Amino acid sequence: MLILECPCCGVSGEETEFHAGGEAHLKRHSVGSTDDQFEEYLFMRENPHGVHFERWRHNNGCGKWFHAARCTTTLEVFGTYCAQTYEPPKEIKDAISARRPGWSWRNFS
Amino acid sequence: MSTRLKTAGRFTDGGAQLSFDFNGKKLKGVEGDTLASALLANDQMMVGRSFKYHRPRGIVASGGEEPNALFNMGYTNTFEPNQRATTTELFDGAKIGSQNHWPTLEFDVGALNTYISRFLPAGFYYKMFMYPRAFWKHVYEPFIRQSAGLGKAPRAEDRDPDTYEHFYFFADVMVVGGGIAGLQAAKAAALTGVKVLLVEQTAHWGGRAPVDGGEVDGLPADKYVDNLVAELSAMENVTMRTRLMGAGVYDHGYTLGYERLTDHAPDIVGPRHRLWRIRAGHIVTATGAIERPISFASNDIPGVMLASAVRDYAVNFGVSVGDRTVVVTNNDDAYRTAITLKGLGLDVPCIIDARAGGAGALAEEAKALGIRVENGKAISKVKGGKRVTGIVLCAQAGEGGVLEEIECDVVAMSGGWSPVVHLWSHCGGKLIWDDPQSHFRPDSERPPLGAKGEGFVSVAGSANGHLQLAELIGDAHGAGLDAGKATGGKPAKAAIPEGAPTSEHPVEPVWLMPQGAGIKLLSKAWLDYQNDVKVSDVQLAAQEGFESVEHAKRYTTLGMATDQGKLSNINGLAILSDALGQPIPQTGTTTFRPPYTPISMGAIGGEAKGKVFQPLRKTPLYEWSDNNGADWEPVGAWRRPFAYLQPGESVHDAVNREVKNTRENLGLLDASTLGKLVVKGPDAGKFLDMLYTNMMSTLKVGKCRYGLMCSENGFLIDDGVVARVDDETFLCHTTTGGAETIHGHMEEWLQTEWWDWNVYVANVTEQYAQIAVVGPNARKVLEKLGGMDVSKDALGFMEWADGTIGGFDARVYRISFSGELSYEIAVSAAQGLAFWEALHTAGEEFGAMPYGTETLHILRAEKGFIMIGDETDGTVIPQDLNLQWALSKKKEDYLGKRAHQRSHMADPERWKLVGLETVDKSVLPDGAYAVDEGVNANGQRNMFGRVTSTYYSANLERGIAMGLVKNGPDRMGEVIDFPKTDGTIIKAKIVNPVIYDKDGEKQNV
Repeated sequence: MLILECPCCGVSGEETEFHAGGEAHLKRHSVGSTDDQFEEYLFMRENPHGVHFERWRHNNGCGKWFHAARCTTTLEVFGTYCAQTYEPPKEIKDAISARRPGWSWRNFS
Repeated sequence: MSTRLKTAGRFTDGGAQLSFDFNGKKLKGVEGDTLASALLANDQMMVGRSFKYHRPRGIVASGGEEPNALFNMGYTNTFEPNQRATTTELFDGAKIGSQNHWPTLEFDVGALNTYISRFLPAGFYYKMFMYPRAFWKHVYEPFIRQSAGLGKAPRAEDRDPDTYEHFYFFADVMVVGGGIAGLQAAKAAALTGVKVLLVEQTAHWGGRAPVDGGEVDGLPADKYVDNLVAELSAMENVTMRTRLMGAGVYDHGYTLGYERLTDHAPDIVGPRHRLWRIRAGHIVTATGAIERPISFASNDIPGVMLASAVRDYAVNFGVSVGDRTVVVTNNDDAYRTAITLKGLGLDVPCIIDARAGGAGALAEEAKALGIRVENGKAISKVKGGKRVTGIVLCAQAGEGGVLEEIECDVVAMSGGWSPVVHLWSHCGGKLIWDDPQSHFRPDSERPPLGAKGEGFVSVAGSANGHLQLAELIGDAHGAGLDAGKATGGKPAKAAIPEGAPTSEHPVEPVWLMPQGAGIKLLSKAWLDYQNDVKVSDVQLAAQEGFESVEHAKRYTTLGMATDQGKLSNINGLAILSDALGQPIPQTGTTTFRPPYTPISMGAIGGEAKGKVFQPLRKTPLYEWSDNNGADWEPVGAWRRPFAYLQPGESVHDAVNREVKNTRENLGLLDASTLGKLVVKGPDAGKFLDMLYTNMMSTLKVGKCRYGLMCSENGFLIDDGVVARVDDETFLCHTTTGGAETIHGHMEEWLQTEWWDWNVYVANVTEQYAQIAVVGPNARKVLEKLGGMDVSKDALGFMEWADGTIGGFDARVYRISFSGELSYEIAVSAAQGLAFWEALHTAGEEFGAMPYGTETLHILRAEKGFIMIGDETDGTVIPQDLNLQWALSKKKEDYLGKRAHQRSHMADPERWKLVGLETVDKSVLPDGAYAVDEGVNANGQRNMFGRVTSTYYSANLERGIAMGLVKNGPDRMGEVIDFPKTDGTIIKAKIVNPVIYDKDGEKQNV
């Protein structure tokens, strides 16, 4: 059972306090998108062995969504950050680079 | 024969005499005994029958690794199967019974299986129960069910009278195992000043060290242990618990402990078991090592035991397992058993050492005591039936040729020691094969990793592969200091304890005895006692291609019993490796999974049973309804009245009465559970336009509009009436089940997609009691109560207004889910009951009656109104339900709009909503399928529709139903077939789903 820190309220809590919400940094496609774009948005997900970006909600706490950068293999948590962003902030990327030099994930590295 | 010695045991010294019942026999034991030691003291060598062949089985071990001595315990409602005798402490009046035999332990019909054993090889289940296919249901399955399981399941009607609890604990360092290594590690960690938790699964501190002897810092091991316990007890930052097993290690330092509080003394008041849910900064596993059996023919006859167990029973419990003990070993440690027994005046006819070179200093000591030592020898087979009568000696190097027969009643075997690596491995710690010691031990370079990527488990003592006291004590000290340091402790100055060195010869791997044993011997050489797996079975698995250790395990069932192969796994995979001609590390181990030994279901459930299993949500009218005949229906965590039963009335009658009364007079419904979400802010209209399929931003203040919500996938997820409260405020009604999920849905979009929109959402569901006043007399009762104008002109259909009714501050919505003249009235939750009662009092002359959810459903189904969860199931889109009118064409975008353009969504052949009228007026079964001609690729009947809602309508005096049917709206009048599960067919005509008041004249008055 993971321990995560909610970047909104600062609480470091048990996994049961949170709810996982799938992959982070998805780009919403809607009316006017091609079938491929819409399929990509709805269904295509990364399933990496290593660095991953996820959405979580502190649903038994402050109720806020946030993002977590995590290693799916070792369960190491590189950091959590505010969900109101289109890409991981520099300090999160730096924290990952310090632990996993040369990492990449979708368009981020 | 086994008996109690004159010399008292360490645990039983001065203990009171206890009596207990075994298979109806009254036996005596001593306080401090385990069930196993007490049975041995009473010469009960045979304690059970094996799983497959029903062979006589005796106690093998003295700890949690015991595979055979599993008992039924307790009476009626305290009955429990599979209780391990070696870890269950004896108490006065204990009632235990052996398992897996009929009619008696001594004479068991199932033992005939042993004579057909060559027809029951590995994989027997898979080979035998395949064909003929028709045999499966009536022959094979009943047979397997009959043979499955060792113990009996408790009776279904009994309820466990004991209580259990969960307990949360936080520690910087948790040390699992209270042996000498665990104590030393805990002390070292505690000296750094961090908070330490030390747990031990047995009732005693010290583990094996006091039995095995040796010296630390010039003190005998037992004295050193006593000192450590005294020191730790005096430290304020240390919590110590015995009878608490470290059951499992999980992500990020989460650890489960299983504490048995009253098993040893059922008279103690309080919970029986406690599940400790521990978060530890660092975990040190000092879990010791387990001795391995040796595979030789008939090594399962009662009296063949682990050498360490024979020693334990003598030293700890003062019990002699037999008068004449032959020791058979591949390492020096077993010599301690011979020396201990000899010292107690018992006979040791021979130590059989498979190593040509024999043992070190301990051999000299044994020889000096006059014990015969045979090097390079082996046991060809054990003689006896229900107990050992002797062994046949042979050369280890040969095929088992008889050298000599030796009479004995106990065989003490030792195949070397395997570190207990379970807790290390639970969360991903890796192992390495230690060739000199012939065992797997934790690889300290590859520990389980925590939240920051650090190793959060370390190992101390013999669990780390340090089998000699001189090595393990320093190792444990270092592990404790490191753990303290890793969790923020201060450097501590403490002398490294020194153990007196011993001179032992290395272990030599002996996976089979003798090494050239033929099939006759192999097919009697047991690996897994509990699941009856033999050396020959594992070899057969390898031969038949089950080469992966995980496959061989499942094919043979090796290590799949309740002991999880604690004794058998390493021996089994060594045999497998040999059969495959590959080194052991290449074969690897099976996966170690928690819990370490079985824990009770009661402990897992904790307090969560009966009324506290789940919190119950109650509306303000709950008590009133409960006192007025409510037949409760669970709706999520809510309880809603299904119907209100009058005295002598059946549920069916009550529903029919409620339906008719609401249509003809006045029905009152507790609608408080409906979700009520306030959506507020300058962008609220824009936001709701995205969430609902229809336009909400154009809704006028004072008006209501029915809306649909789809997921981004296009599927219908919720519906309800939205009321515009003011320019920036909307009140969205959701379904009862949707209140929390739709609130979460809104928050998700607001926080993660449109975070720059200025909108706030609040769930006010529980702030209001909401009552539907329904029926032709609805306006009359409100006018009688007085207050606001509820006339057609002042408050038209789909309008709302604030005001007072009968003195209550109320918000009145003129909306209808029944097709009748209807008002839904919200008052503050605190006023709910008073308002409800006022409505009943004023409504008496108008025929007011409460109605429940079933009537609600029937009334809406008569009107063809859909219900989320009935007409929808996560695959249904609004178009399927003929709700195109609610899909805005003006809006550029809303959730689900793009998805509705996908090819499958736009498929004209999708099943669509229709009404169904049974030809014989009966009620269609819920979920019944309409069948077509022909069969599909799986040989199943083709289908083209299904029933989504079905009820008996008292108004129409026949069954009514809705369903989804392929091309349904184009097939009006067609009669289709719905087969029932009994094979008969109900014929139903496709009709318009709106059956009652098609033009809506009743609700628009």
